[in-house]
Amino acid sequence: MTDTAPTEATTGVPFTLNGKDLEAKDGELLIEAAERNGVHIPRFCYHPRMESVGMCRMCLVEVDTGRGPGLQPSCMLTVTPNMLVNTESESTKAAQDGVLELTLINHPLDCPVCDKGGECPLQDNAFAFGPGESRFVEEKRHYEKPIPISDLVFLDRERCILCDRCTRFADDVAGDPLIHFIDRGNQTQVNTFPGLPFSSYFSGNTVQICPVGALTSKPYRFTARPWDLAENESTSTVDSTGARIVLQSSQDKLVRILGVDSDAVNWSWLSDKERFAYEATNAESRLHDPMMDTSGALESVRWNAALGAAVNALALAPSKIGVIGGARMSVESQYAWAKMLKGLAGIDNIDAQLGDGIDAEAIMSLPRATIDEAAQPGGVIVLVGIDPKEDLPTLYLRLRHAVVKDGASLIEMTPRATGLSEFASARIHTQPGSLGVIAQSLGTGMVGTSVAGVSARQLTDASKLLKSKRPVTVIVGRGNLAERDGYTVAALKSLRSGFPEAKFLSALRRGNIHGALEMGLTPGLLPGGQPLDTEIDGWITTPAERGLDTEGILRSAVKGEISTLLLLGSDPLTDYPDRNLVREAFDAVTNVVSVDAFLTESSQRANVVLPTTLAGESAGTFLNLENRLSPIRSKVTGPGQTRDDWMIAADIAAVAGGDLGFSTVSEIREEISALIPTFADIDWSEVDAAGDGPLIASSPLVGSDLRTSGADYSVPVPSGDYGLRLVVDRKMWDLGTMVNESASQSQLHTEAYAGLASADATRLGVFDGDKVAVTAGDHQASLAVKVIAGLPAGSVHIPFRLPGFDPGEAISASFPVNEVAVEVESS
Amino acid sequence: MPTNAYVPHAQGYVDNEGPKVVSSRFIHDDSHTLERALATDAYEGMKIALGMAPHEVAALVKDAVLLGRGGAGFPAGIKWGFMPPVWPRYLVVNGDESEPGTYKDRLLMENDPHQLIAGCVITCYALGLNQCFLYVRGEMALAQERIAVALNEAYEAGLVGKNINGTDVSIDVVLHWGAGAYIVGEETALIESLEGNRGMPRLKPPFFPAAKGLYMKPTIVNNVETLANLGWLLQNGPESYKTYGSETSPGTRMLAISGHVNRPGVYEVEQGKVTFRDLFYGDNYCQGIRDGNELKAFIPGGGSAPWFFPDQLDLPLEARPVGAAGSMLGSGAIVVMDDTTDAVKATLRLVRFYARESCGKCTPCREGTAWEEKVLQRILDGHGRPQDIDLLLEIGNNISPGPYPVASFDSQSLEAIPFPPKQTTICPLGPSSVAPITSAIRRFRHEFEEKIEAAVAARNAGDQDD
Amino acid sequence: MSRLTAQNQEVAAEIISRYPRAKSALIPLLHLAQEQDGYVADDAMEHLAELVGVTPAEVLGTCSFYEMFVRHPVGKYKIDICTNISCQLVGGEELLHHAEETLGIRAGGTTDDGLFTIEDVECIAACTEGPCLQVNYRYEYRLSNSDFDNMIEGLRDGSRDDVPPHGTLGLTRQHIPQDHLAGIGSPETTPMPAWFESRQPEPEAEGA
Ligand SMILES: Cc1cc2nc3c(=O)[nH]c(=O)nc-3n(C[C@H](O)[C@H](O)[C@H](O)COP(=O)(O)O)c2cc1C
Ligand code: SF4
Ligand code: FES
Repeated sequence: MTDTAPTEATTGVPFTLNGKDLEAKDGELLIEAAERNGVHIPRFCYHPRMESVGMCRMCLVEVDTGRGPGLQPSCMLTVTPNMLVNTESESTKAAQDGVLELTLINHPLDCPVCDKGGECPLQDNAFAFGPGESRFVEEKRHYEKPIPISDLVFLDRERCILCDRCTRFADDVAGDPLIHFIDRGNQTQVNTFPGLPFSSYFSGNTVQICPVGALTSKPYRFTARPWDLAENESTSTVDSTGARIVLQSSQDKLVRILGVDSDAVNWSWLSDKERFAYEATNAESRLHDPMMDTSGALESVRWNAALGAAVNALALAPSKIGVIGGARMSVESQYAWAKMLKGLAGIDNIDAQLGDGIDAEAIMSLPRATIDEAAQPGGVIVLVGIDPKEDLPTLYLRLRHAVVKDGASLIEMTPRATGLSEFASARIHTQPGSLGVIAQSLGTGMVGTSVAGVSARQLTDASKLLKSKRPVTVIVGRGNLAERDGYTVAALKSLRSGFPEAKFLSALRRGNIHGALEMGLTPGLLPGGQPLDTEIDGWITTPAERGLDTEGILRSAVKGEISTLLLLGSDPLTDYPDRNLVREAFDAVTNVVSVDAFLTESSQRANVVLPTTLAGESAGTFLNLENRLSPIRSKVTGPGQTRDDWMIAADIAAVAGGDLGFSTVSEIREEISALIPTFADIDWSEVDAAGDGPLIASSPLVGSDLRTSGADYSVPVPSGDYGLRLVVDRKMWDLGTMVNESASQSQLHTEAYAGLASADATRLGVFDGDKVAVTAGDHQASLAVKVIAGLPAGSVHIPFRLPGFDPGEAISASFPVNEVAVEVESS
Repeated sequence: MPTNAYVPHAQGYVDNEGPKVVSSRFIHDDSHTLERALATDAYEGMKIALGMAPHEVAALVKDAVLLGRGGAGFPAGIKWGFMPPVWPRYLVVNGDESEPGTYKDRLLMENDPHQLIAGCVITCYALGLNQCFLYVRGEMALAQERIAVALNEAYEAGLVGKNINGTDVSIDVVLHWGAGAYIVGEETALIESLEGNRGMPRLKPPFFPAAKGLYMKPTIVNNVETLANLGWLLQNGPESYKTYGSETSPGTRMLAISGHVNRPGVYEVEQGKVTFRDLFYGDNYCQGIRDGNELKAFIPGGGSAPWFFPDQLDLPLEARPVGAAGSMLGSGAIVVMDDTTDAVKATLRLVRFYARESCGKCTPCREGTAWEEKVLQRILDGHGRPQDIDLLLEIGNNISPGPYPVASFDSQSLEAIPFPPKQTTICPLGPSSVAPITSAIRRFRHEFEEKIEAAVAARNAGDQDD
Repeated sequence: MSRLTAQNQEVAAEIISRYPRAKSALIPLLHLAQEQDGYVADDAMEHLAELVGVTPAEVLGTCSFYEMFVRHPVGKYKIDICTNISCQLVGGEELLHHAEETLGIRAGGTTDDGLFTIEDVECIAACTEGPCLQVNYRYEYRLSNSDFDNMIEGLRDGSRDDVPPHGTLGLTRQHIPQDHLAGIGSPETTPMPAWFESRQPEPEAEGA
């Protein structure tokens, strides 16, 4: 298996390939060594990111290891010293011709109507190596034509050549073995269990790796022919992993996204959410024109009018304006907005996080690890808060590989079992409110007794690993929106002081959130993590005093101290955890200016809506959770009158009589490099090149003390005897805007449910599927029970943004933890 | 005294002259019981072994040159030596007997389970492991039941399990059974099957069971008959063992001789000392070809072996000369065909077996065997084409490239090509389908041609009718 | 039909306990399900998936590989007639044809009364005793057509009570009493047995 550990210049393995003396890397497979030396050996089943199975037999070549020449599958054969390889010999050719003929005999000749036609390895190999005319006059194998194996993927078993790639991926990579070889021999087929579809978050990868057109995706089927496609390498902005992708378009419309094999990041894999994100870009409901509410309803207007109105709404004292959002934009746009808001208008009430993240300065002060470091063979991974499978699915695949294949050990400190629990060496499932004290016991090494319901045994196991002198990486995100982030910050503090060698990987999940923080779209900081009093060339001003975060902005709005809300691609009305607070704030303010691509609940309440382009329509840069820069490329033009985010910032500045001082993305980049120390060494051509992308320099905040605002992070006492503590987190499929706007994804979420610990379910006498009444204040809903693994007794797990119940109704941002009543429904 | 006759309770077994190593108890109708086993010292060899050091037991087996009886004929003692010093390690006993023509492991399991259990314990002891899985073919309900009963008795009697025979040695022998799949007899497929998976072989290298077998731990896979020898071997010593058989193939073998002979049956035969002619025509053995017919061809080692012909009758039953003559002794299954046999039909029947039993992993085997079957069926159904004969050979060549092993054809001055064949596949199943095709076409091409010519003529006549 | 009965779940638990990894018990458990219902039902596969900790698709993958498992009801007596080479040479195919004619079904079919299913099977390791067959995995050797007819008669009228219904293999199961068990360990952690370690040869003296 390909390792990402940097292969040092080890002593090469000498071998001879077609008469040429060459060197292979230590442990290198022959098929790879040949490829590196310009000799392509045909293959179907081999995939560089999965263990070889050697079943298609297409890669047979003649090899002599001293005992005479024989045919060997080059995908299973490690190069050994002085091996003689002949990929051009008659016996190699005969074997390849033979295998190819046999591969083709049962394959239908429907290339002209096949999605894969034109980019099909089977077609290519048949052309390059094939015997021409088929000698097979018998009847071919027949199956019912494409059958849906999931909501997103179709399978045509007649086309399948049984290479085991999709099934291997499902089992080995995704850990969802829901498709399998069924039956035997010539009758073998790939299929699902009756009635149990291949509902994996990663199902689309099988379509990408299928070497023929057997697997096709519902969104792409029949939308384009490969020869019509234009493509661009880019970065997914769906979450903060920043998976590398290829954007493909046909007739100025995005039609497909493929994963790119980036060593550092996603190893060619994508979650389905990333893969099919382009559907939202193509959605009918996209905003085309600027809109204004002049007579009680939003109407299309000209840009001039809209910009004028926006400027009017912003022509207030800085303290009367609150800005929420910005994580969806490119780094360049984020800089443009930061400069316009902080550097021109002196506003600091700016927060790109919507109360579902972690204190920005805490995150920015952590010594950073890369994904490779976190996933290094033999390392120790500490998962704090999040379930990577739901929050950052592509990162999850890397972590899964690390623990399943590369001997990394996992400690999880999460409110419930995660997608990685079955592989964890220590499972610390924290009750809401207990994360701080548990981390403290680990940090101080006091693990002899149980803490807040976590057994001494789990704590000791974790402690042993943390002290094992293996490299430790803490991956931290917000695991519970109903618990204040202060608990997470307190935990980080304990871990940092207890394990000074440990490195950290931020798992803030929103798209380009790390770019937003780095560009200063957070209160109290200027770009590059610099303090507010830093002088920046070309900035007219800087905020006079530290501003408010989203919670503060909303509270001030309620009090009437803020009268304009500027929303940068954010939808607080549905996305901010405390529903009452955000509703009251919207009711209280005079102006809402929304920069968005869709009419969300929040932008529908705006006075002015400025329509933007999305990734794929605009160019820029992405900063992922490792602080790695990679390009976002434009492939198609945005609909209607949409403008790039940075242009809108520049337009507003211009209408207000200012000048941001740049008129192209490259000018912004130059300014970023020139003015922001963390970007001083960035070579933008490296960002644009096809490589892994550079990491920015670490900010001056790294290593600084963590602010814990003196709050009390001891475990709060439960308020009543019937209350259960809320655990609110996110599922990959929810009602989020981008998912909801994607035709094929919008139906994939489940209904809201009440997740209970088995002890609580037993106490209440309910089973999976039974209904319970969940009461929060005067809000009540009837939810189906789901017994959740690893959930500590006393907690109730209700995911955010699923239909059926909005846990935001039960969350008050001012409480450290939140409770709801869960009762058996009287029927 | 041997009776030189069938033994009724072990159907097919002939109690003939010659030394008995593994079938000595078959004459008793209660040979499967613990009582009989104890009365006839079935566990003596095991007790002797437990009194020795494990490495001495392994050395003794190596010294005896106990060749594997599962097909490949590899010396057990040497195979055991391939295990790296890694624990846990496992013994898996191969009782999946499914090779066409093979009928001997079932007899051993049904009629003398205790001898096999003792062999398992001896092997585990020699290799320092405490868990053995006895994998019995799924269709063999009686063998499973007899072994289950025997194991229950042996556990109760302290002959297996915790503190065997009062020593500190503890070894579990677990009965496992399959569910119908010939390929599971192949050792790596057997291991996959024992892990609960589809029985698809693993590629060797890197997955040599002795190093990476069950659960990727060192694993020895031995055939039932191989292990059945161990009790006797420990009790009587390698020197006595080597007085039977020939130098390179000591001991006896259980041979099943089926087909067109007067007395088909299973015989325990000394290796190397007897020729095929002795077997087919000898009074002690099969007593001639049925109805006084002529011998047409015979398969010397199970359906996977290339065919022999009267030219090869005088070869001794010994691995080396048989291999050099273009075939193999394989699993001790000899199938005799007289001159009434339709070579095309027999070929189809064998090829159909491999097509049905292909696990489906390798493209050449999965697609090629099914294609071969279709072409042969077409020829038999009267739809043959003149090019089909070469096509059959070329499909075979895709699965097993290069000259395929064949026996010499003296009257045509064709020389033998020695066994084994080359393969484009992971395991030898696919290539085995080529054995009957190559054998039959080389020797009986005219039979194929006649069928095809008749078909062509019929088609032409049909054309004229229209 | 169904998931394993409570009683069979106990049997299943004992079978699983004999393996270092639960999935190894899958084939014996599939037999248990087949013994219970006469075939392997979808529900049963889902139940087994729970018992050994895999997905139903993986159970189906294994189940469908092996020809003994039928995933739909078959006759009470499944008659497997060998037509492989040794039997073919002595009349196996003729016996199959006779069976098809007598029972009025083709190989693979089941009689209307649900009593008999015939299969045309590969070598069943009774090669010297052809033509032969198995009825529910019980052998019948060297059958003439009238032997076959008598067998059918006996099964029909109940005089052949030695053949249990389809699905039942051996009538006795292995049972290892706890106090006789050497012990089944995990493949990850089981060390070299102490008895073996204590019997290792003395290492040869250095430089001797
Ligand atoms: C297709 C195939 C089927 C086989 N079937 C059996 C079998 O049924 N029984 C058996 O003992 N060995 C069988 N073998 C051989 C085994 O792979 C293995 O060599 C043998 O069990 C080793 O035991 P031995 O060394 O004691 O002979 C088969 C091999 C192949 C390639
Ligand atoms: S040769 Fe045939 S039976 Fe053997 S592994 Fe390949 S496909 Fe399976
Ligand atoms: S690529 Fe090597 S066998 Fe398929």
